[in-house]
Amino acid sequence: MNRAALLCALGLLAALAYPLLVPNYLVTIGMLVFFTAFIGQSWNIAGGFAGQTSFGHVVFFGTGAYTSTILQVTWGWNPWLAWPAAMAAGGAVGWMIAVLSFRAGLRGSYFALITLAFAEVFRILANSVPFTKGGLGMLLKSDPRPINFQFKDPIWVYYLALLLCVVSLLIAWHLTRSRFGARLVAIRENEDAARALGIDVFAEKVKVLTLSGAMCAAGGTFYAQKYLYIDPGIAFGVDKSVEMLLVSMVGGAGTIFGPLIGSFTLMGINEVTRWLASVVPALKNVQPLSLIVYGIMLILIVARLPDGLMSLFRRKRRHA
Amino acid sequence: MFDPAFLFAGVLNGLLAGGIYVLVAVGLTLIYGVLHIINFAHGSLLMLAMYAVFYLWRLIGIDPYAALPVVIAGAFGFGFVLYRLLIGRYNHGRDENILLITLGLSIVIDNVALLFFGGDTQTIDVPYAGTFVEIGAAFLPLPKIISFAASLVICAALGLYMAKSDMGKAIRAVAKERQGARLVGIDVENVFAVSYGIGIACLGAAACLLMPTYYVTPSSGHAFVLVAFTIVVLGGMGSFAGAAVGGFIIGITESLGGLFLGEQLGQIGISLIFILILLLKPTGLFGSKA
Repeated sequence: MNRAALLCALGLLAALAYPLLVPNYLVTIGMLVFFTAFIGQSWNIAGGFAGQTSFGHVVFFGTGAYTSTILQVTWGWNPWLAWPAAMAAGGAVGWMIAVLSFRAGLRGSYFALITLAFAEVFRILANSVPFTKGGLGMLLKSDPRPINFQFKDPIWVYYLALLLCVVSLLIAWHLTRSRFGARLVAIRENEDAARALGIDVFAEKVKVLTLSGAMCAAGGTFYAQKYLYIDPGIAFGVDKSVEMLLVSMVGGAGTIFGPLIGSFTLMGINEVTRWLASVVPALKNVQPLSLIVYGIMLILIVARLPDGLMSLFRRKRRHA
Repeated sequence: MFDPAFLFAGVLNGLLAGGIYVLVAVGLTLIYGVLHIINFAHGSLLMLAMYAVFYLWRLIGIDPYAALPVVIAGAFGFGFVLYRLLIGRYNHGRDENILLITLGLSIVIDNVALLFFGGDTQTIDVPYAGTFVEIGAAFLPLPKIISFAASLVICAALGLYMAKSDMGKAIRAVAKERQGARLVGIDVENVFAVSYGIGIACLGAAACLLMPTYYVTPSSGHAFVLVAFTIVVLGGMGSFAGAAVGGFIIGITESLGGLFLGEQLGQIGISLIFILILLLKPTGLFGSKA
């Protein structure tokens, strides 16, 4: 335990020092690693710990991004105030989807598919209703001052992403030690047995999806503040759902560090393919290449390493 | 806007589109009914078949309808091999696992298509595309009518095959009771592979019927996957009759949704039906159990 704590402290120190030592472009990549790990962790809490695989987690991300953006653009809120409101909205959507789906007894693949459909409904609505400005998307006015949740220096965005990531790790860590987390794992492993043990399965599942939705919505606001633009395709597109699922599955679903490791890995693949494209002119279109690698990794992980890359570390440690 | 002639044309157009959806959904429901897996790669495999039809036309000049036998056979072979090499190895255990594997497969297929075929929208210009048939007050494109009829014929042929042939009987036996089927000497793994192959062959046929009036891009799979799942869930997972009825209902819903709610909002009907069916009647119209 002490060794693990020491490793975490060293890792945190390295993460804190990193942006001071590298050029801005690498700071932004680091920021993306922690940001993706954060939204991946929001998926992991529901999909990994509680076993409620979602294919439409982006619905919370988009709800958060749109809520804070609309509050700012249309109602003139300060983004720091809009942020908790966005999280509340994301939590409410999580609560609603959970109550509807779990009341109907949906499990496994059926739950995964209905979340996908919910995300699709939100995407179409965002595309059609007037207060989201439809397909045009919404633009936030650039005014880079900390009071506006906008920063001139990418280093501050990096530190904020790091903070989010650390908070999400603490939440996941808490799940591994709390009774709530233990109940979630029991539900994941065998829902009927968990019920027989007296666990209120419905209430626990609603609770975890609400928490997960609120977290993911916080990521949505962060994204909107960083890029100052959202549209229905970005905010509710299936790509982000898949990204959240991928980083958790690849790193290790239901583990504390899984999403972070998955996020590192995927960003690494991204950079390698980008580098390949600069060397091999035939590969000028790199986006699909890295996604092909992700897809293959997902298949291999599910088939061969159900506990993700994390299990490699564990196995090694056991042998040593 | 509520002109009955207008409505009539909308319903007719929806029916024609639904005819092809039936074919897509029958493949999906067959795979579910026999293997008990949810094939999330269904839309992506359809997209791949559509590109096959497109390139047969572009490179060799084969008419999409003439390509039917080749594409159906090719799709069957592709599905059979895919099952043997990948799906079949992992179709046991937690049901989310196979869903995730087929999700991974669809990511790979979509992006391989993007890498090799590029992101442009591709269409086939058949000489008869501009020919219209007048039915009542509605003008319908000839290729849509041909495709509709062909789809019904293919579905009927598949139904006959399932009812009469030895393999069809074996497939139905495995779908009902796989242990029992194994005990009476049916090679269950082979039946699984053949079923998956037939499911993908349906996609091959659908691709040939879609291409004369539709377009293909690497993201076409996305457009179809939710439609196909909605039809199957609406009809009842694993039910053939359900897939047929569901296909027509969804075709009409989409067409009328587009007419009354507009291009953007009109798509919402399909997702809403999907959600409502799962929440209120997960067994669908014809399903025995969810």
